[in-house]
Amino acid sequence: MAAKTTNQKAWFFIIPVIALVAFNALIPLMTVVNYSVQETFGNNVFFWEGVKWFEQVLHSPRFHASLLRQFAFTFIILAIEIPFGVAVALSMPRQGPWVSVCLVLMALPLLIPWNVVGAMWNIFALPDIGFLGRVINGMGIDYNFTQQPVAAWFTTILMDVWHWTSLVVLLAYAGLRSIPDAFYQAAKIDGAKPWAVFRYIQLPKLKRVLTIAVLLRFMDSFMIYTEPFVLTGGGPGNSTTFLSIDLVKIALGQFDLGPAAAMSLIYFLIVLLLCWVFYTLMMKDEEQ
Amino acid sequence: MSTITLKDLRHSYMANPATDADWALKKMSVEWSDGGAYALLGPSGCGKTTLLNIISGLLAPSEGSVWFGDDDVTHIPPDRRNIAQVFQFPVVYDTMSVYDNLAFPLRNRGIAEADVDKKVREIATMIDLDAMLFDRASGLTADGKQKISLGRGLVRSDVNVIMFDEPLTVIDPHLKWVLRSKLKELHQKVGSTMIYVTHDQTEALTFADQVVVMHDGTVVQIGTPVELFEKPQHTFVGHFIGSPGMNVLPCQLDSGKPIFAGQVVETEGGVSAPDGTMALELGVRPEFVSFAKEGIPVDVVKVSDAGRYSVVETRHGESHIKLLVREGESVPADNVHVRLDPAHTQVYADGWIVS
Repeated sequence: MAAKTTNQKAWFFIIPVIALVAFNALIPLMTVVNYSVQETFGNNVFFWEGVKWFEQVLHSPRFHASLLRQFAFTFIILAIEIPFGVAVALSMPRQGPWVSVCLVLMALPLLIPWNVVGAMWNIFALPDIGFLGRVINGMGIDYNFTQQPVAAWFTTILMDVWHWTSLVVLLAYAGLRSIPDAFYQAAKIDGAKPWAVFRYIQLPKLKRVLTIAVLLRFMDSFMIYTEPFVLTGGGPGNSTTFLSIDLVKIALGQFDLGPAAAMSLIYFLIVLLLCWVFYTLMMKDEEQ
Repeated sequence: MSTITLKDLRHSYMANPATDADWALKKMSVEWSDGGAYALLGPSGCGKTTLLNIISGLLAPSEGSVWFGDDDVTHIPPDRRNIAQVFQFPVVYDTMSVYDNLAFPLRNRGIAEADVDKKVREIATMIDLDAMLFDRASGLTADGKQKISLGRGLVRSDVNVIMFDEPLTVIDPHLKWVLRSKLKELHQKVGSTMIYVTHDQTEALTFADQVVVMHDGTVVQIGTPVELFEKPQHTFVGHFIGSPGMNVLPCQLDSGKPIFAGQVVETEGGVSAPDGTMALELGVRPEFVSFAKEGIPVDVVKVSDAGRYSVVETRHGESHIKLLVREGESVPADNVHVRLDPAHTQVYADGWIVS
């Protein structure tokens, strides 16, 4: 065999990418790392603090509480949006003019800017002037999301389901469409009931797209900020203060840059770790 | 088990078919006898799969009826028709084991687990899957998956007909032969009717006792491989079967005798073209054309070596005539004439045989 040619010129060609990634991700991340191990009182004067901020954040009941809220929120919306999205995708027409109509309707919520979604739902759910608020109160249920934690959670979850189920629907619908007709025909000949068709054909074939859907919805909902911030501002009290809302309060409200930076890094590592765990678990069978 | 009869069948995928071209299947009546090995042969888009789906019940015909024995099954769904079908691309239930795949059609029909087990093991042995019975079906190779599809048909004792829709498309060439002889063997063992759809003449001719040739939505000929070769009922059959295909030469008719190149061409039996015939043609296979001292004068255009024989392409005017020359025999250089064997020369009017 010929000797391997060594050509260092190749590095030259990836300089643009390195520069782009550096400015876009590495350098901002490093400033956060920089803050997380130092204390500052302004004027660019820094004192070395080591892992103090990390210890402080990890032992803080406030961080525990927002982390718990965050997990609860993400778990609830995943438990609703994934099955609901699959159900909607299954009931959509497979062909004909209604397909485009359904797809456009489904895509609409995804096109609305997040702060607008928050503002829309804020007004929509206000107990005195909002349509939703009036209807619920009209049914004799005392509902006021600005004052009751349960109502605030209900509204936030409803808003997220409205905003993001479409994404699951579109992914699942694409997955369903890619199943060849022969599978349905074979199932018909084998005498399979609709449930068996779903359980043994559709669900296994949807596995990949649903993995993507769960990952996307997990990451997005775990980092949710704008919509609940506009809707409830994290209240009433701290009841809807999710991780990112809490983070912004610490960083910009209290200007505690050190703890905020430490919290950012912990937050980032949690997201990374959970995504990795999800992905590994869901793809385990594929490798066999 | 019973005879399958298609009566005055016609199908179109359009809501209001107007012209002849709108019909995917033109009017046909076909009978498939019980226990036969049939091949449904034709080029892509000729309506083979449409016909198959009508027999299996995946498609309801626009007109006509389908009979299994004495029962009209035209509007009966596939799961109650007692048919099995193997598709072009292997269909297996990915999350199930090979065993569960084979058991699936039986369990769906509420058969007792002890009987299911007995039947599944019996069939698995028959199709050589017993060694991997508890492996996951998704891990098998394409030919293994096709065997599972076939097995799901074989496990059912009530199956009237097993249909194959180009089942070897995705199989490696060296395994195609193995699987094809396996099918033939299974047909003899199981004895149920099998209909095998393909566009590959080798597959059709080796598998089937009776070959049904389709062209443009019509059944052009049903016959044994020998009949298709010796007496093609339509010039299409002549082209499609055999390699190289049949020579088709334009001719005229003069007092019952076909005339080509200004000469009378001898054929067996009399010829009379129906009134209003547009085109009259002679059909003769390259196997039945030979060089001669006199006959039709031709120029040799091309000689291609095909191993034990050569294919010689000659030309008379606008018409090309191919013939086969055995290894060792020489191709004459000048003053070349060819002779057509009268016993194997047919006359076709608008494509259909008239002699």
